[in-house]
Amino acid sequence: MRILLVDDSSTMRRIQKTQLDGLGITDVLEAENGEHALRQIADHMPIDIVLLDWNMPVMDGITTLQNIRSNSAYSGIKVIMCTSESEKTKVVEALKNGANNYIVKPFTPEALKEKVLG
Amino acid sequence: MNVAFINPFIESTVTTFRNMLSTEIKPLAPMLKKDLHPTYDISGVIGLSGLAQGIIAIGFSKDSALSTVTKFIGGKVNKSEMIDAVGELVNIVAGYAKKDLTEYDLAISLPNVVLGEAHHVTTPTGVPAIVVPFDSPLGNFSMEVALITPKK
Repeated sequence: MRILLVDDSSTMRRIQKTQLDGLGITDVLEAENGEHALRQIADHMPIDIVLLDWNMPVMDGITTLQNIRSNSAYSGIKVIMCTSESEKTKVVEALKNGANNYIVKPFTPEALKEKVLG
Repeated sequence: MNVAFINPFIESTVTTFRNMLSTEIKPLAPMLKKDLHPTYDISGVIGLSGLAQGIIAIGFSKDSALSTVTKFIGGKVNKSEMIDAVGELVNIVAGYAKKDLTEYDLAISLPNVVLGEAHHVTTPTGVPAIVVPFDSPLGNFSMEVALITPKK
């Protein structure tokens, strides 16, 4: 399983990477904004899961999600929004734009495991 | 300042430490900020805009920041990682608190982190700040919230 972590915070990427490593998932790529994420996807397909932050400079998460879903070659990618945006309206917006799941920060390691492996 | 603003931020801070640092912290009595205290060695500040406007900040001493961030990340940290981690902490706290403040349609800025021995957080002119100290086994710290609804 190959996972792309997209977050402008290197701290969050490091936390997620450590938790994924604990699940035995070691094929992990990183991107610090949406534009970087789209380049990583283009260069490293197949990618199984994208863990996608919402608030990022350069290109935000919802725009990145729309770009991913507009490309049929990426239809097999599972996108999980992983964000501090906690309102229900944001969750609905993400799901309407093609997100497969949603994790609200602050999340527990168990919640991440459930969303990634579930 | 409407004191009802403060509770979502207190609950969000407690939940953030419980979920992401496996640490139980205890909020102490909130107080109105009247002078240039408390002071911090590192603080993370986020602007809030919408139907209410202001800032939220979380500030640490050098020692409490080091132990908190080391626990948060799960390993040793360098200076740039420390700065990023404090910014991410305040970002999570602000974002999670928004779910209980939906009537204000709040948007949060990207975090700013201030480094400097014994600095204080200045709040916008005319916006009183409430300081909430937290008792943490990783080292005590404080949160400051300054938020008002503009007069119509």
